[in-house]
Amino acid sequence: MSAASMRGEVRSVPAAGARAALEGLKAEGYGMLVDMTCVDYLPMGKTPRFDVIYRVAKFDLEGGHDKGRVELHCAVGVEPVLRSAADLWPIADWLEREIWDMYGVGFTDRPDIKRLLMYEEFVGHALRKDYPIAKRQPLIGPKSGDKSGSPSFNIVKPTVTGE
Amino acid sequence: MTTATSARKRTTYMLNMGPQHPAMHGVIRLQLELEGERIVAVDTEIGYLHRAFEKHAESETWNNVVPWTDRLNYVSPLINNVGYALAVESLAGIEVPERGQYIRVIASEISRITDHLTCVGASAMELGSFTVFLYLIKAREWLYQLVDNLTGARVTTAFTRVGGVKGDLPPGFEEKVLAVFKDIRAAIAESDTLLTKNRIFMDRMEGTGVISKEDAVAYGITGPFLRSTGVPYDVRRAHPYLVYDRFDFEIPVGTVGDNYDRYLCRLAEIEQSMRIVEQAFKQIPAGKHSLEPHEIKYAYELEDMGKHGDTKLIEKYAAKVDQTLDGMGREAFGDIKAADRAVTLPAKEQTYTNIEGLMNHFELVMWSWGIKIPAGEGYSAVEGGNGELGFHLVSDGGDGPFRARCRPPCLYIMAALPKLLVGSMIADVVPTFGSVNMIAGELDR
Repeated sequence: MSAASMRGEVRSVPAAGARAALEGLKAEGYGMLVDMTCVDYLPMGKTPRFDVIYRVAKFDLEGGHDKGRVELHCAVGVEPVLRSAADLWPIADWLEREIWDMYGVGFTDRPDIKRLLMYEEFVGHALRKDYPIAKRQPLIGPKSGDKSGSPSFNIVKPTVTGE
Repeated sequence: MTTATSARKRTTYMLNMGPQHPAMHGVIRLQLELEGERIVAVDTEIGYLHRAFEKHAESETWNNVVPWTDRLNYVSPLINNVGYALAVESLAGIEVPERGQYIRVIASEISRITDHLTCVGASAMELGSFTVFLYLIKAREWLYQLVDNLTGARVTTAFTRVGGVKGDLPPGFEEKVLAVFKDIRAAIAESDTLLTKNRIFMDRMEGTGVISKEDAVAYGITGPFLRSTGVPYDVRRAHPYLVYDRFDFEIPVGTVGDNYDRYLCRLAEIEQSMRIVEQAFKQIPAGKHSLEPHEIKYAYELEDMGKHGDTKLIEKYAAKVDQTLDGMGREAFGDIKAADRAVTLPAKEQTYTNIEGLMNHFELVMWSWGIKIPAGEGYSAVEGGNGELGFHLVSDGGDGPFRARCRPPCLYIMAALPKLLVGSMIADVVPTFGSVNMIAGELDR
């Protein structure tokens, strides 16, 4: 079936060996980082709670065939333990930013990490299982240009509903 | 005096393009650092259309996610529907009957044509050829009417179900499609005459937004964008899903990977998609999609028969249902939906006339009673309008996804935008951004 070949071989490595495994894959010719995502297994009681998933593919550039894929699972906690893969595949930069944005899983050895989809003032990490779907966020107004400590920073204007 | 001197010393300056800009289809912000008109650096800010698709999916049942997928790539919603349904089915091991698979192929390819028509039309408009935009959007509108005919909605299609599609093809669909294709070929030929050898168009498109094969692969770019660099990678060919291995179609590739190549690739792919649909109509197993009036009874008449115990009589008739439920009756049921009562809704005649059918229907639509997908993880992808549209799904054995990750193909191209733009002129932003075909719904999810 095509689904099995789409997923490819599923491997699991401890977070400490992730970088070496990725470098090995890259050297084997897995030139494309197809996807990189994260799953929060908190309700299933797994420790550490997150799995960062790398999906890499090996391409035959001339024929356009997919010569194999690997799905690499690395179990991590909230502390940044994984080394950034942005030097191996440049797209990892944005995907790591998305994982940081949604799960709060950090990466080391990369310049700065900022949210990809949410705004900087967003509190929490939305795709964590303990983030309630109906949670409200503090309203932010236009920046006054003041420092974040000052009382006039991002003044919340009163609204009709009083939120 | 001092300000004037310091101003003269400054060599670069910042320019914001977006979030609201006429040449940005969708909300996105580009912060350009310019030296004269030359781009020195680009910072892309996305997320303006973030709608928490993945978070919502975790709180919905398997089938209820389908309408959310319409909003991913809203120019080709049917491909998203199909991609999601295939991912769930591959996780559960559900097989869709052949006619259902062909209907999915036909729907996907029609959607792919609308996607490419929009991309080519919109980027032509941004370069000043408004006529082409009108021709192509008119052609797209004919296709949207077909989609409306098939699904009941132009854009928010929600057409697939886990284990099948919503309904059978409407009567006379093949003739309508073939007639529309004739018009589309004419519209494409007209646009081709207006654009392909047009000096102004070529000057803006040729040699701008160039990306090499190696860079494209390193950035994870797929779809027409990768094919324009000369890599003939297409999910339909590399991992044939549905019945794509039964069609004869070509994969158009470019040579240099510039905007002009991408334009040519998309035009050629429209033709290939039409070929696939035409072959699909020839191969599709026959189904019965229209009923004679004497075979149909109103639902309340069937209910009355059931109350009187005329169960033998009920079987003779099909239910006359609301227009939106067309094609969901007994006559089409076995052809388009998996015959698994734990997954697909029973035919409307069953629901209306006997308690087993009614209970079956209710149990499937009730919260925490619905379709149970075995615990596990899976990934499956389809060829979307912009490239590999993948879904990584995790199930905990419940009635909805534990985690639904969508791999949006245009995120990868957007991430490579600095690579495409740095060093070029500010006027090149417009054609390059047009050929990226950024769909904010899919990019920001």
